[in-house]
Amino acid sequence: MFIYYVRLALLSYRRNPILSSLMVLAVAIGIGAYMVIFTLNYFMGGDPIPHKSSQLHHVQLDYGNPAFPDFDPPPQLTYIDTMALLDLTTDYPRTASSKFVGIVEPANPEIRPFSVSGRGNFSDFFTMFDLPFQYGSGWHRSADEGRQQVIVLSRELNEQLFGGADSVGETVHLHGYNFTVVGVLDTWTPVPKFYDVNNGPFDPIEEAYIPWHLIVDLRMDRSGNTNCWQAPEGDGFQAFLNAECAWIQFWVELQDRNAYENYLNFINSYAAEQKSFGRLQQPVDQRLFDVNEWMIEQEVLPDETRILSALAAMLLAVCLLNTVGLLLSKFLGKAPEIGVRQALGAHKGSLFIQHVIEAGFIGALGGVLGLGVAALGLEGIKILMGDLIVSDWMQLNLTVAVVTIVLAIVSTVIAGLYPIWRACNINPAIHLKLQ
Amino acid sequence: MEFGPILRALLRNKLGVILIAVQIAFTMTVIVNAIYIINQRGELMSRPSGTDESNLFYIRSIGFGENFNEELTVADDLGRLRQMPGIVDATVINTVPVSNSGSSSGFSLEPGALESIVPSAIYRADHRSLNTMGLELIAGVDFTEADVLTRPQSSNTDADTVIITQALAEELFPEGGAQAAVGQSIYTPSQQAIRVIGVVRQLQAPWTLWPDIENSVISPEIVIDGSSLYLIRTEPGEQDRLMPAVEEMLAASNQQRILRQLRTMSDTREESYRIDSVMTRILSVVIVTLVFITAMGIVGLAVFSINRRRKQIGTRRALGATQGSILRHFLLENAIISGIGVIAGAVLTIAFNIFLVQTFNMPRIGWYYVPAGMLALLLVGQLAVIGPSRAASRITPALATRSV
Repeated sequence: MFIYYVRLALLSYRRNPILSSLMVLAVAIGIGAYMVIFTLNYFMGGDPIPHKSSQLHHVQLDYGNPAFPDFDPPPQLTYIDTMALLDLTTDYPRTASSKFVGIVEPANPEIRPFSVSGRGNFSDFFTMFDLPFQYGSGWHRSADEGRQQVIVLSRELNEQLFGGADSVGETVHLHGYNFTVVGVLDTWTPVPKFYDVNNGPFDPIEEAYIPWHLIVDLRMDRSGNTNCWQAPEGDGFQAFLNAECAWIQFWVELQDRNAYENYLNFINSYAAEQKSFGRLQQPVDQRLFDVNEWMIEQEVLPDETRILSALAAMLLAVCLLNTVGLLLSKFLGKAPEIGVRQALGAHKGSLFIQHVIEAGFIGALGGVLGLGVAALGLEGIKILMGDLIVSDWMQLNLTVAVVTIVLAIVSTVIAGLYPIWRACNINPAIHLKLQ
Repeated sequence: MEFGPILRALLRNKLGVILIAVQIAFTMTVIVNAIYIINQRGELMSRPSGTDESNLFYIRSIGFGENFNEELTVADDLGRLRQMPGIVDATVINTVPVSNSGSSSGFSLEPGALESIVPSAIYRADHRSLNTMGLELIAGVDFTEADVLTRPQSSNTDADTVIITQALAEELFPEGGAQAAVGQSIYTPSQQAIRVIGVVRQLQAPWTLWPDIENSVISPEIVIDGSSLYLIRTEPGEQDRLMPAVEEMLAASNQQRILRQLRTMSDTREESYRIDSVMTRILSVVIVTLVFITAMGIVGLAVFSINRRRKQIGTRRALGATQGSILRHFLLENAIISGIGVIAGAVLTIAFNIFLVQTFNMPRIGWYYVPAGMLALLLVGQLAVIGPSRAASRITPALATRSV
């Protein structure tokens, strides 16, 4: 029966090709446009690390000075607080992290020295955020406190320096110091770059990773955001370290509710204690954010995609209303045929199924064409955006494709409900008389 | 005249009317707000930075190795750059306008008056920065070489003179503005007094989305921090020739460094506003598509409703209606439906705009957008039904006598 109804749908399409194609086109454009925005939201606002996003927490402290009007508390931590939290957070995996830039002087004199983007972090960073390794691994915990000059390279940097070979144990001359390679990352493109949404949430990952303490010890050139709300007292690097200047991100992994409660208590009492010393005077609403909460708090999803989401929903509504009207025209146009079928014994149930299948058929065609529209749209946006953000992810995947087709069929059938109901309730007598 | 019969005919097909009217309402909402967003982004993109952008480019030099002396290198580089034919002037600066990266602080008229602090971007450059950027001095004097403070990054003491923008002067000195600012002392958050020696007409802060984008100061400082950014102004038309020449010259004059970020200000502006131009293009595509779909929907339903009424049209023609009156009937019918649509559309447009204004801090829509959008959609409706209506007007009166 299903096959027969599909054949009827095909026949009906052929009898009225312009009207039918118009419907397919409307569904395709509406769904296609919606899926472009859906894909952008799916990746840009999606959960980048679903299996542990609720365990990883970013710390926010009560920064600022109540005297400053409209001061948003900086999302990063000061050196003083970071050092205190590092000492006090020993039971849980945790990492401080900050960006730097440095110059690499390759051993091979034929390669000119070049500058790399880097990150200082703790050994837990690699396991907390599930970084994939091509060779070796992250450094051992003892390297953090031992301030060992070890380095993890990105896959690209390893290719540039060592031709992609297993370089574990080799030496990299960075910022005038020798670092020993302990690991090489595999390709990794977290979208958004959830572990650092404050320095370009859609930027590529860093090329080199070193123990965080070395940023201070070796005076690496820091490159991330720095926010100060009180001038350093005196001159020199130590004055900067002691100042109310936030430049360090701090993440902690809390595996269960119990750990979360304990850590929250700990952070709250730390904040209260510091407040009693005259620091942390500007209260914040929340001090621990999991990955998804943090991305919302830091407004990672650009305004543009949110505006476009609303517009795309309205575009889809227009296209579906269009389809309602066109289906109505089409079904009522075939009233004589429906009359004949009813007279020959088809009851309302089978007429209903026949027309649901016909609407679904239009929807499926629209969905397939909509995939094309969506692919074209994403490609267009990718070209327009150029190298502004990492955009390799901007393409249709299986989930999106399935959602597209299903959404197209379901929405066309829903749009068709009223026309179908009208078609099933035609009085056959009138139409038979006219034949 | 014909209004009554048309209305009664419409009432017999309420759903058809609602479908088209709602479509028109949504279409109008999207189109009017999209045009409003496009215009608003256009305004953002067309704000001048105050500099001679088309003739400016920059290059960054990062030294390495034990023997690299940044202070000497900067002096040497600037000397060479300023001698190159075709170069108007060059300066060493911490960042460039419109680049979305830079440094900010705030200034107050009283030391320690944090509550009255006025936020401002800080450019740190040597004494040739005004001439290099092409800034117009409207009060006071330019820097001299003696004003320039060369300091390490770790020092927190600023140079004690500054040139500020007119907008900042007016915010700090609401009474006298630029003229009143010259010679006055303003205070940094660390309570250091700094004397305003000049005011420039305009110099935008580096962040395109910053609410205080017109507030900038230029501090005559060379910060020794491992990396030097040279901003270079050329004679008109000389930029393409000079960019590679400058890179070559710098590379040859000192091997202990790498050169990066050789870029023009125009490219920087394009990149900083790329999101806005992408948004503009996407919205343009949306507008064209939506008008097309809506128009096609109107055509489809009009053809259908005319076909259903072929006999009635034939009858009217047989009873003496002219082709013109049939045409008028359908045009008027569409005008009524579209009229309902654009009235609903006006309400929806404003509601959606209120949502945009409240959620995204955008300015309110101009009043003229709504009537213009209503008129435009009425016109689209009329254009869409003109074809089907003319076909209807050509239905022969003889049709009335046939049974099908």
